[in-house]
Amino acid sequence: MVIDDSRVIRMVVRRILEAMGLAVVDAADGYTGLIACREAMPDLVVLDWNMPVMDGGGFLAELRASPGGEGVPVIVCSSHNDPARIAAALEAGANEYVMKPFDADILHGKLAQLGIFR
Amino acid sequence: MKPATYTALSDWLYARLGLSLGHDKAYLVESRVAPVLRRHGIASMDVLGAQLRRGLPEDVAREICGAMTANESAFFRDIRPYAHFARVALPALLRARAGTRRLRIWNAAAGGGQEAYSIAMLLHEARAALEGWAVEIVATDIGDEVLRRAREGVYTHFEIQRGLPARLMVRHFIRQEDRWQASPELRAAIRFGAFNLMHDPRPLGVFDAVFCRYALVQLEAASREAISGRIAQILAGDGFLYLGEGEVARPALFAPVPGEKGIFTHAPRVPGGVAPSLRP
Repeated sequence: MVIDDSRVIRMVVRRILEAMGLAVVDAADGYTGLIACREAMPDLVVLDWNMPVMDGGGFLAELRASPGGEGVPVIVCSSHNDPARIAAALEAGANEYVMKPFDADILHGKLAQLGIFR
Repeated sequence: MKPATYTALSDWLYARLGLSLGHDKAYLVESRVAPVLRRHGIASMDVLGAQLRRGLPEDVAREICGAMTANESAFFRDIRPYAHFARVALPALLRARAGTRRLRIWNAAAGGGQEAYSIAMLLHEARAALEGWAVEIVATDIGDEVLRRAREGVYTHFEIQRGLPARLMVRHFIRQEDRWQASPELRAAIRFGAFNLMHDPRPLGVFDAVFCRYALVQLEAASREAISGRIAQILAGDGFLYLGEGEVARPALFAPVPGEKGIFTHAPRVPGGVAPSLRP
């Protein structure tokens, strides 16, 4: 599940994940993503932080409180590179954090760290 | 670059590093050596070739060696060797060294420093178990410029994200605009120094683990074998050798760790290993 209000980022992440053999669904805001997750819990969420309707922090809190959502690996993918913001996202329940811009190798590495892809 | 210059440079690199270039790597050599020439005001590869015949200044020679052996790297590259080190090697060494409470690790081809900093971060994670221990990480490489960069520990936005978990990034690195520098504590955990793998490593002392990843792959067989042999001389009898995935240590001296790629221990009952009791 890729949740980002940027169509370009959704497309880039989708291409990277699909090239790894993963099936990808996406959403343009946290709320739409949350509804989709509650219908069919994904194996991974790549999550933007600043989004309309429901931001990354709101999504993460709701996901962690949802049945089956407690343990889903979440990689926050944001243009914020402030260490305090990164630490706060991890504290809020994100498993990993990618700073934009990024490339396929960086995302591969994060998935490998989470044991999703080797 | 004239063919004669390429030949002279290839021969020199082989003698100095064991690097076997073949006949078609002129572009590679030029692209890697060009920044060194600019730094030292050397007008062209052919001028360098002429200097080579007269004898290169040592600082230029070392920078060329560093440029030719520099690798793309990443933090915790391949992950598995580091997981093995943290979960298998380190607990075993902690038990075996409980008497001396001394641990020495050699990062034998430090490159940009990512490997040494990865080891230092792993040891920081294990700091409770290492309380009161003398822990030493020695990181060596051949080039002064490479070592300067490794010691400085500054990484770009992209480099810092390659393999490094965000949790460790914010704990051990300090952001400076769009670059990240290893914290003073992390840098202080590593002793960087110049060393050519073609030389005798015994003056460096005995090590409990050696990380020499993706340095051998660039070399021809005889050099790889020779370096394996030298590492065997300074690796403790119960120590661990970490090579790159797909790299193989001399079978007469080292045995692969079952189920792992590029991880070795001393081969059983073969002389060459140094017993822990013989440590200096």
